Amino acid sequence: MQTANLLPLVLVLAVVAYGLAYMRSRAVAAPIGGIRNLKALPTYYAARAALWCALPSLLVLAAWVGFEDRVIQGIVIATLPPDTWPESPGQASLILSQISNVANGSLNPEFVPEHIAGAASVLETVEDQSHNFKAALVLLVAVAGATFAWTRVSPHINARINVETTLRRIFFVCAALAVLTTAGIVFSVILETIRFFNRIPITEFLFSTSWSPQTAIRADQVGAEGAFGVIPLFTGTLLISAIALLVAVPVGLLSAIYLSEYASKRVRATAKPVLEMLAGIPTVVYGFFAALTVAPFIRDVAEAIGLEASSQSVLAAGLVMGIMIVPFVSSLSDDVINAVPQTMRDGSLALGATQSETMKKVIFPAALPGIIGGILLAASRAIGETMIVVMAAGLAANLTANPLESVTTVTVQIATLLVGDQEFDSAKTLSAFALGMLLFIVTLLLNVVALKIVRKYREQYE
Amino acid sequence: MSNQSSQAEIVRNSLKRRYRKERRFRLYGILAIFLALGSLFVLFADIINKGHSGFVKTTVSLEINLDSEMMYLDDPTDKDQVSQADFVAPVIASLQEYFPDVESEAEIKQLGRLLGNYAASEIRDLLRDNPDLLDTTQTIDFLAHDRVSTYVKHADNPSYSIKLSEKQQEWVDELVEQGVISTSFNDVLFSRGDSREPANAGILGAIMGSLFTMLVTLVISFPVGIAAAVYLEEFAPQNKFTDFIEVNINNLAAVPSIIFGLLGLAVFINLFGMPRSVPLVGGMVLALMTLPTIIISSRAAIKSVPPSIREAAEGVGASKMQVVMHHVIPLAMPGMLTGSIIGMAQALGETAPLLLIGMVAFIVDVPEGFVDSATVLPVQVYLWASASEQGFVELASAGIMVLLTFMISMNALAIWLRKRLERRW
Repeated sequence: MQTANLLPLVLVLAVVAYGLAYMRSRAVAAPIGGIRNLKALPTYYAARAALWCALPSLLVLAAWVGFEDRVIQGIVIATLPPDTWPESPGQASLILSQISNVANGSLNPEFVPEHIAGAASVLETVEDQSHNFKAALVLLVAVAGATFAWTRVSPHINARINVETTLRRIFFVCAALAVLTTAGIVFSVILETIRFFNRIPITEFLFSTSWSPQTAIRADQVGAEGAFGVIPLFTGTLLISAIALLVAVPVGLLSAIYLSEYASKRVRATAKPVLEMLAGIPTVVYGFFAALTVAPFIRDVAEAIGLEASSQSVLAAGLVMGIMIVPFVSSLSDDVINAVPQTMRDGSLALGATQSETMKKVIFPAALPGIIGGILLAASRAIGETMIVVMAAGLAANLTANPLESVTTVTVQIATLLVGDQEFDSAKTLSAFALGMLLFIVTLLLNVVALKIVRKYREQYE
Repeated sequence: MSNQSSQAEIVRNSLKRRYRKERRFRLYGILAIFLALGSLFVLFADIINKGHSGFVKTTVSLEINLDSEMMYLDDPTDKDQVSQADFVAPVIASLQEYFPDVESEAEIKQLGRLLGNYAASEIRDLLRDNPDLLDTTQTIDFLAHDRVSTYVKHADNPSYSIKLSEKQQEWVDELVEQGVISTSFNDVLFSRGDSREPANAGILGAIMGSLFTMLVTLVISFPVGIAAAVYLEEFAPQNKFTDFIEVNINNLAAVPSIIFGLLGLAVFINLFGMPRSVPLVGGMVLALMTLPTIIISSRAAIKSVPPSIREAAEGVGASKMQVVMHHVIPLAMPGMLTGSIIGMAQALGETAPLLLIGMVAFIVDVPEGFVDSATVLPVQVYLWASASEQGFVELASAGIMVLLTFMISMNALAIWLRKRLERRW
């Protein structure tokens, strides 16, 4: 039976267990004077039965599905004649895909060696058996759990405490999933990065100034090594982010100041949500806008004034990215400006300062740490942004500071290296994970510093 | 005395300058807002300008004489015959009726190019499904070739290059005048999957892919997010591990989305051996990505439930879990829902992590389940935007409009929910 059918079946069983346990608890309660003589309400006995039915069986199901493929592959490989056993993981996956193609009928068994055809029939039987065993085991566990809970419906057992403890534990696991996600990111990125640094020395990665991740098809090819120097990527990323911040910081900051200090309530109530719409627009839309409207426009303007511009310019990507992060800067600055106590404002105005003087000399210095925190968060957003640069920035790893040329960035390279089919042991693919690790570390540092500044600042005035 | 009056003098003299500065500063603020809102306006205007023609299709409706001799076909159910038959001939013959003076081989070929590549297979499929139509005359609407469509829609727009010969342009003008070539609402866009030909490409596959992906994301991230928020707000003891979880959630909210793609590729696909390009894996990756957003907004919603409610429930003997399940969660639900819808809208527009788990493949079939190869709306937009034919640009813009419509309605739903259900204490 398929997992997709098994899942609802288990849930139905859980509902049945709920109903049965509910009725049994009422039946148990009837001769001893009603449900007030039970330790818990009937719904708790029922809920406990449902949990006993569903939880263990779903765990069994998850474990089975998780390891099914590996085990079956092992069994199938083991049935092959010893002299055809695969020598490398790559070969193994090749043989396995051949076998499964034969088994699902997309490859004619007559076209493959005999042992593969044999293994295909083994694969089919083992998969069949696996499905049957899985269904049987899961249903058995579900029924056993429900039965156990059903027998434990008794007036002396407090089911409420059981149910509540279980629920609390489930809640805890959900909260801990955030930690698991971080662990998963770190684990996946670090493992591949270590494998990458086994081939390419870390000093070359960090300090070399050329990037061309082509690995050779033939061993004697020219430039067979590929070059993995991250500096041109990083300068490209920083250049684009710097342009973005040059746009976003003044625009975001000034609009935040205007909206919080000058604007009437009505203007504020309409302008602010509209401004925040900018943050909600998908990045692929900005990428489209940058690549098909802004970049050609910049090229035409540059040509009109006699400059040479690439059709994928840093400027286009940077400007559009700047517009994208305006709301980050403005809403965070708005928060911190509003957090400055009104007394400071009143004091300054009472001394005869104009509103702009109050803003520049009193509120802005007081809000500065928070604003810097906001800018750092915006910077980390700009560095990690992918779609705009993938569509508008280009692939050539130029080491340049000219905003009219095209550069490539860390995120562009990760995306292009990993799109499509790839083998997992080439330095080219692994380098994407090393880049990912670099990106993760940089953005993490920016975020931690920024959050610390913002939090510290908030405490100051609370 | 004189000293004081001179100070007042200085202040008075500087007033003009200070007021000027004040006005300038205010002007900067207004300019900044106009710049931001103006670019939003330009963005929308540009996309509507580029994409409105994507909702229009160009059709050629011809009376086709399905003559068995002309097609060398007398039994449309016979596979061998069908593979040998000439389905282009009746189309050419029908077009020739409008232009009797077209005789040379080359010109006939050019004439045939006015129709899309699929005209012949359309006739083939029609005959295969209705064999008795053989030797009858039928009026069939064909999709025009992409170049004809561009010419009809954008002849006076200099940013489109017309790739028809002058002869072909004359024919098209003639046919438009006679009402043979006409434009109508592009239902193809909403009823098909992707295609190599712009005229034949639709967005339904991407919409279904997005739907399946979002369902997976919702089923995972909504309950898990709420449970995590409840734990952190109501049950978590004040200790190092709880702090660690909180730091983790805050940081995950700011991790670049492409990193989640790396996680999905390394853990879900390589470690657990899940298939590539399927909504199931895409939905799981996006769920991990949206979880922090949902947790943070749900916590805010739980915090806003006043302590008096909790105290009252505890006062009449409810256990901590009963307080939470019977009172706190129902009261915080509107806030939680709002946060989740906003998180889902974000996930709907996300592209980068899905590129890494292979949801960028060229997929013609409309996906029918969670483990069918699929792509999603924003990725489809990306694919079309980077395609070389100019016909795809208007489709990409049309796709963006569809995507933005979905996102704006989700956000509007969130705002409506908040207005409708939020309670002020």
